[in-house]
Amino acid sequence: MRQVRGGLSGRTAFPRHQNITLNFLLKPVVFILCLLPAARLAWAVYLAFTGGENMLGPDPAQYLALETGEWAIRLLILSLAITPFRYLLNLPVLFRFRRMIGLYAYFYVSLHLLVFLWFLLGWQWGDIGRELSERPYITIGFSAFVLMTPLAATSFNAAQRLLGRNWKRLHRLTYVCSILGALHVLWIVRSSYFDAVLYGGLVVVLLAYRLARKNSRAVQQFTLWR
Amino acid sequence: MIIKTRKDIPSSEITPESVYRERRSFLKAGAGLSAGLGAMGLVPGLASGQKGDALFARAPSDINLASKPQWLVEKVAGRKDAPESGPFHAKDTLTPFEDVTTYNNFYEFGTGKGDPSNYARDFRVEPWTVEITGECAKPGKYTLEDILGPHTFEERIYRMRCVEAWSMVVPWVGIPMGDLLKRFEPNGNAKFVAFETLVDKAQMPAQQSRFASIDWPYREGLRMDEAMHPLTIMATGLYDDVLPAQNGAPLRLVVPWKYGFKNIKSIVKIEFTRDMPNNTWNDLQPREYGFYANVNPQVSHPRWSQASERRLPTTLFAPQRIPTLMFNGYEEEVASLYAGMDLSRNY
Repeated sequence: MRQVRGGLSGRTAFPRHQNITLNFLLKPVVFILCLLPAARLAWAVYLAFTGGENMLGPDPAQYLALETGEWAIRLLILSLAITPFRYLLNLPVLFRFRRMIGLYAYFYVSLHLLVFLWFLLGWQWGDIGRELSERPYITIGFSAFVLMTPLAATSFNAAQRLLGRNWKRLHRLTYVCSILGALHVLWIVRSSYFDAVLYGGLVVVLLAYRLARKNSRAVQQFTLWR
Repeated sequence: MIIKTRKDIPSSEITPESVYRERRSFLKAGAGLSAGLGAMGLVPGLASGQKGDALFARAPSDINLASKPQWLVEKVAGRKDAPESGPFHAKDTLTPFEDVTTYNNFYEFGTGKGDPSNYARDFRVEPWTVEITGECAKPGKYTLEDILGPHTFEERIYRMRCVEAWSMVVPWVGIPMGDLLKRFEPNGNAKFVAFETLVDKAQMPAQQSRFASIDWPYREGLRMDEAMHPLTIMATGLYDDVLPAQNGAPLRLVVPWKYGFKNIKSIVKIEFTRDMPNNTWNDLQPREYGFYANVNPQVSHPRWSQASERRLPTTLFAPQRIPTLMFNGYEEEVASLYAGMDLSRNY
């Protein structure tokens, strides 16, 4: 049986032996890969806390903010790339990683916000309010975090069943979040547009694919020709 | 003049000025005996702490230059120390050499803070020519030795405040800009002085980037009275050695009461002009970067507050977040230059 549209892939779609490989081999590997950047940073923060070797440079808060933000946008884009790749490569198994990668994107966005509030602003609520309201790129970034929160909160199976068709509608907010994320990157450009072009371009392509697939029979045929 | 001294920085993080001074007197003695010693013994290892570079792209704490002119090394070693008190000698804790030379904004080499120290390793300052042009009696092309030779080098310990809300304290070695400019005999029409950085796509890889919106060369400018102010220097060294490439070798402007981007690096052209010259960041984002770019905690940059700054090196759990001072703490010396000007408009 072949899945036609980007619906949920129920467990029954996969034979038992495939589930075993997935759950005991592939999923842990992806899980650990996504965790590695955070683990490196956590280790560096631990060393900073205990007065050990300085792995973060002379401006550690800025460095942490950049790293966590960069991984957040990368994983968010990766989660958006799952569906196109599933169809283009005819690999339904990819769907089994979408939730994990989406949750990791939220994890890194949360770390990014935490670093900003704690290490850059030192929990100075007056400053935080000012930054949020006066600096559009911060407002945008924070909005993306807020919009991602209900998605993370409804990512488990029971919520999917409970929400039914609305689950999918709700999770289309990911598209909005990715646009906000790309704008956030664009807005902090000083002179080099490399990151903005790269991430913004990927978001445009991934969203354009969805639009094309929805509206064009030709695209559907092409991606289903196998 | 308000001088803030911070005592809460862990001692392991800093180079005590006394150590730097001891080393310096040792070097001076050495330079007196043999010129070569000054070139060798210098700074590596001087900065304690701040090691480790697993995550952060950092060059070895060495001078990034293909070669160092011997006469320049000797002149830097024989410089006059900063006076014990007064604005030429900020009493703040020095930022270690390693941080000053591995945490840089020098977009000709890339936009990452570690890019300049990584990509400027073989930068050549020999030969180096500076074109002097515009409203003056002695225009022409001058060699580095022509420019620096007649002057006595002086040490200046200045705060440096980046527009990105971080700051350092750097012991520069250089010459008063006024003394240099006077030699070219600017005439009565010279109201401003404009500077340009080298364009050399082979040596400065980011000048080739398709994604960079800067129209090279990097340009900066000062009003004549700003350029002639005693605080303004043409730097050619820092700590005990010649400037590393990533810090703007061999000639770099230092105007301590302005944001760091005014301190144009690797200067190859100086022009005396009638009209206010363009400056690179103002060309790119006029709403965000002005011509004056005086450090001013009351005027926010649209994308970040300027009320406070992170004094580097800072740490996560004992952050050096300090209030930014008007004119970077040089208000007493320079406020009169801007009397009657609306600084929220002329930012």
